Amino acid sequence: MSYLFQQLLNGLQLGSVYALIALGYTMVYGIVRLINFAHGDIFMVGAYVGYFALSVYRIPFPLVFPLAMVVCAVLGMTIEKLVYKPLRFAPRINLLITAIGVSLFLEYFTSLRFVFGPNFLAYPQPFKIERLNIGGVTINSITIMIFAIVFLLLLILEVIVYRTRIGMAMRAVSYDKETASLMGINVDNIISFTFGIGSALAAVGGILYGIAYPQIHPFMGIMPGLKAFVAAVLGGIGIIKGAVCGALIMGIVEVLASAYISSTLRDAIAFSLLILFLLFKPTGIFGREESEKV
Amino acid sequence: MKQLFGLLVIIYLVLRSLFTFGLINPYGQQIVLYTGIIMIWALGLNLIYGFSGQFSLGHAAFYGLGAYAGALLTKLFPSFFAIVPLSLLVSLLIPSLVAFLIGIPVLRLRSDYLAIATLGFGIVVKILFDNADALTPKLGGSRGMLGIPKYTNLEIVFVFVGITLIFIRNLIYSKYGRALLALKDDEITADVMGVSTMRYKVMAFTFGSGLAGLAGWLYAHLYTFLHPTNFEFLKSIDCLLIVVLGGMGSITGTVIASIVWVFLIEGLRSFLPSYLIEWRFIIYPLLLIMMMLRRPQGIFGKKEARLFRESSWYESFKS
Repeated sequence: MSYLFQQLLNGLQLGSVYALIALGYTMVYGIVRLINFAHGDIFMVGAYVGYFALSVYRIPFPLVFPLAMVVCAVLGMTIEKLVYKPLRFAPRINLLITAIGVSLFLEYFTSLRFVFGPNFLAYPQPFKIERLNIGGVTINSITIMIFAIVFLLLLILEVIVYRTRIGMAMRAVSYDKETASLMGINVDNIISFTFGIGSALAAVGGILYGIAYPQIHPFMGIMPGLKAFVAAVLGGIGIIKGAVCGALIMGIVEVLASAYISSTLRDAIAFSLLILFLLFKPTGIFGREESEKV
Repeated sequence: MKQLFGLLVIIYLVLRSLFTFGLINPYGQQIVLYTGIIMIWALGLNLIYGFSGQFSLGHAAFYGLGAYAGALLTKLFPSFFAIVPLSLLVSLLIPSLVAFLIGIPVLRLRSDYLAIATLGFGIVVKILFDNADALTPKLGGSRGMLGIPKYTNLEIVFVFVGITLIFIRNLIYSKYGRALLALKDDEITADVMGVSTMRYKVMAFTFGSGLAGLAGWLYAHLYTFLHPTNFEFLKSIDCLLIVVLGGMGSITGTVIASIVWVFLIEGLRSFLPSYLIEWRFIIYPLLLIMMMLRRPQGIFGKKEARLFRESSWYESFKS
């Protein structure tokens, strides 16, 4: 029984990191209907910024987060301005192919020796790990930190999206771009802002992932990125609480599958779940039906 | 038809003499054969995506299915006299069958949802390859599959490139091809006009995946070694790059883009100084992004060389 609880805890930890990535996917999809494949690579860049800040420049740990958030937000907004914006009225598949191009570019460019290099790097440990034993279930300080940070960020996001003017503008743009712009909302700025927030969240996700699973390399973003996307679909893409629920489910399913079924098959289970969901409930858990306009 | 046939024969004779007189070293020969294989593989995707508009990100999975199925047979029965045609047939049929069964539910999805579903399928298949040694140790699993006999040579590759080109061209200009093009341009309109869209989508998906399986057989019996990473998600994207850069719905485009792609990835390895080697992987995504921004229809768009145009087909038919 304590083994099961331990695994559930591990699943929640993994799921909360996925949630930070999935939020970026879901907000961007909600607002421009784009599966931003490069999002997983922004997550990777965030992890690397954290790595260099901690182990090369020795920046104090709490300052690493805002630094990586700013770097990734700028990166995400730059990509949006340079590449996605000119394609805003292009067919959706063209946008998707471009996103794949951006993703490959970030992966191979950062693999170059003078950028991050192609090798695996061991992530620095920012603090001493304490372990706490509650009834046979071990919680370590990393897990507690991840829960605290993810909870805090979700709270901030909730306030931004539902309690501020810019959040209201975001919701309006995602509902109907044209009407929103008629109401005097600057759609370009809102889209840019959304990419910025999503990328900043992914940056934090990258650092937390690096600390919890301490090995990074330029292609590390592909799998967590794809799984976070699956999570976003699971919860109903475009819906913020759906992304969080989907990510937690995804993390738990993945950890339980590797604990009880087979660790080599866990990714297969995650993606089979995706296909099943797409076939039987493509709108996700919280999604609402949308009829197709001819 | 005659022109295409003649051109193929001329290219074959030139390459054959270059090979026989040792003017191309074995590494170069392998690259030439590999180019033909990539061409067949990419033409399969062009049929699915370029001509029929079904965006698939799982093409490497079918390539891998063909490779593993064929290689397993030739490895199990190396001395059986008809093993080459038999395993080729299996490599063609198994991916087609899987594509047919998967296609029926998955092709109901559209646009980016279809992309994600096929991507998920590709990843699942790759993981199954990783664990295939549980089925029979001969498949090698994540250690890779060794000891596949080397059957692929210039003649086999040429015959299948020729068959693929003629097959695709004739398909495109047939009644079925018209239906596929209509489906790509506007699915709802095509449906209203009486094209049973689902049937044609599944057909294109099945044929395209069969071609991928064929390419997989040739690949397995050229390099005599298979590894699951040869068929991962990134490979599907490589294939997509070729189709998109060449021009969606252009046979000429895919043929030329395959040659350019193999040259960029494999050929440049021997020309570039070592510190620039990794840069070749950056060229491609940049090309892709520039292309989407400036010329989203690809280099050739829907244009075809005379060889692949409909008129030349009719003329040769008349004469």
